[in-house]
Amino acid sequence: MQYTRTVEALKQGTVIDHIPAGHGVNILRLFKLAETGERITVGLNLSSRHMGAKDIIKVENVALTEEQANELALFAPKATVNLIDNFEVVKKHKLELPETIEGIFACPNSNCISHTEPVKSFFYVKAQNKDTKMQCKYCEKVFSKDIVAVVR
Amino acid sequence: MANPLYRKHIISIPDFSREELELVVETAGKLKRTPRNDLLQGKLVGSCFFEPSTRTRLSFETAVQRLGGDIIGFADGGNTSAKKGETLADSIKIISSYADAVVMRHPKEGAARLASEFSSVPVINGGDGSNQHPTQTLLDLFTIRETQGTLENLTIAFVGDLKYGRTVHSLTQALSLFGARFYFVAPEQLAMPDYICEELDEKGIEYTIVDSLDDVIPLIDILYMTRVQRERFDETEFKKIQGQFVLRADMLKSARTNMKVMHPLPRVDEITVDVDATPHAYYFEQAKNGVYARQALLSLVLNETV
Repeated sequence: MQYTRTVEALKQGTVIDHIPAGHGVNILRLFKLAETGERITVGLNLSSRHMGAKDIIKVENVALTEEQANELALFAPKATVNLIDNFEVVKKHKLELPETIEGIFACPNSNCISHTEPVKSFFYVKAQNKDTKMQCKYCEKVFSKDIVAVVR
Repeated sequence: MANPLYRKHIISIPDFSREELELVVETAGKLKRTPRNDLLQGKLVGSCFFEPSTRTRLSFETAVQRLGGDIIGFADGGNTSAKKGETLADSIKIISSYADAVVMRHPKEGAARLASEFSSVPVINGGDGSNQHPTQTLLDLFTIRETQGTLENLTIAFVGDLKYGRTVHSLTQALSLFGARFYFVAPEQLAMPDYICEELDEKGIEYTIVDSLDDVIPLIDILYMTRVQRERFDETEFKKIQGQFVLRADMLKSARTNMKVMHPLPRVDEITVDVDATPHAYYFEQAKNGVYARQALLSLVLNETV
């Protein structure tokens, strides 16, 4: 496939593949992957047989936990997260919507106490019809996940 | 066995089970019939009002003192170390080391939940921004039970500002545990928020959105009025809706004999003064009930058995 020629193979670390095109940079930013100091390869708008276009992120020497992978499910539910050791896939995370999410997103309510106090943000996640709703533990306001995901 | 609210934080109505709500309501009734002056003897309650309040603060402080307890605290956050930049987390850690319980009001949403994470004693939410005001809901439930003899299967109309009125949201959530039917009467701009309607849909609770206050009066047990704030509208819009959400005595002719009018107060002009003299008016008794509901809650939180 074309992207295997354009994005170098990974010896050890995590490959986040099948990210909907346009979301790769968001994921990098939200999960603070660049702050790991490790080498990161990012592919944007790569062609994909199933998705048309996709983004991909390869992070060297960092193994994403099950919890972090599930947090990804919020905005890239069809992404695949593979842990690599010595060029081999040693674990594939199956993404499931987490019940709670801590410390990734800021609460969109500007009058929420979580912005000014020594606590991490905390949301309860609820799948509702076709939308995913997130309720802040502190101010109890309920937001669509798309609103929470853009605020930083 | 200790009562289920003993040493619990009281933050938000959705945290309560139906049984816990009933326990507070029953205890409030007992304390109204047979006053006690010993239930908080030797207890010190911190009353921390980071935002000014009249009824809530005074009724909490009355409740504590009538039960034989003592109060420390402040009525305005402007005079506290919060003004110097201290976090709420630090303030509460310290205050909770002085008192047996902390009653607090704060202008930011989520303040009480956050305080409960840093407090070594129970925190009772007296209002956190536009979010929750659970003791208002408890006094409303107590008042409804007192006037109707039950909380089960009642029909309630909420009128006025249903969008921003936190008392309306919490009371709807609480009454939905008791099989209530609702009528919502509000200007379009102040309609009940979607998330409350969705919760009711999920629980299969019946509600109807209606335009006219007159139409619902013969159908209901409780008429819960709220204030429509002029500043939420431009002048022309306000004039258009102004008369529609005002209750006058002559409109009550078709009401059931058991029907009571409630209002969280302060009222401005949404209930005309001629309603006060009708047997349906109950808002002043409702405000008085705030003391009994808060007495009940404080007694349950600070005593294993009441």
